Amino acid sequence: MFTEASLAILLIMALTLWRAVKGPTVYDRILAVNAFGTLTVLLIAVFGFLTERPEFLDIALVYALINFIGTIAVCKYATFAHLGGPLDQVDWDDV
Amino acid sequence: MSALVVDFLSWILLLAGTAFALTGAIGIIRLPDVFARMHGAGMIDTLGAALILLGLMLQAGPTLVTVKLLLIGVFLFFTSPATTFALARAALAAGIEPAVEDKTAGGTVAKAAEAAAAKEGDERS
Repeated sequence: MFTEASLAILLIMALTLWRAVKGPTVYDRILAVNAFGTLTVLLIAVFGFLTERPEFLDIALVYALINFIGTIAVCKYATFAHLGGPLDQVDWDDV
Repeated sequence: MSALVVDFLSWILLLAGTAFALTGAIGIIRLPDVFARMHGAGMIDTLGAALILLGLMLQAGPTLVTVKLLLIGVFLFFTSPATTFALARAALAAGIEPAVEDKTAGGTVAKAAEAAAAKEGDERS
């Protein structure tokens, strides 16, 4: 059961990778890589059940956190070409 | 007996989850622009992930593993809309036009339809 599920998730990951490679704009690539990360979380969880090692779930949880932070960071970088935003538009009283 | 029923239910949930995720992946590949493709990613993040995690929860039973799976599910449930929103905002700020259907003459869709029709005519001739 878990073998089939992990194989299906691997196939779906390959499909999203195709969009990440082909995507015309950088936002298509970010979207595809975000979906790929979600599927990686699911794959790690299913793989933990497949090998009967539930410790894998901790890795899946951490991977979900890193995937979220990474996607937000890449979105911000793609928008401002800088992780902190344009310096001349920063309202320094707010910082 | 009940183990068999639980196995059967979790098998169905895993199958449905992978089916929804496959639908989302096909949507990511086939839909026309980045705003439409977000629907496909939404399928993977919501129903696909939730059903697969629910199937795994049925297998785990009432243990700490179920709590961890629930945590992963809750986390995906809250972060997926946030990332989609950030991505849509970044794409809009970069000046990517959503392919909306406007009925007005001379709108972007009308132009796109004209271009497609012209291209089709070229290919036929």
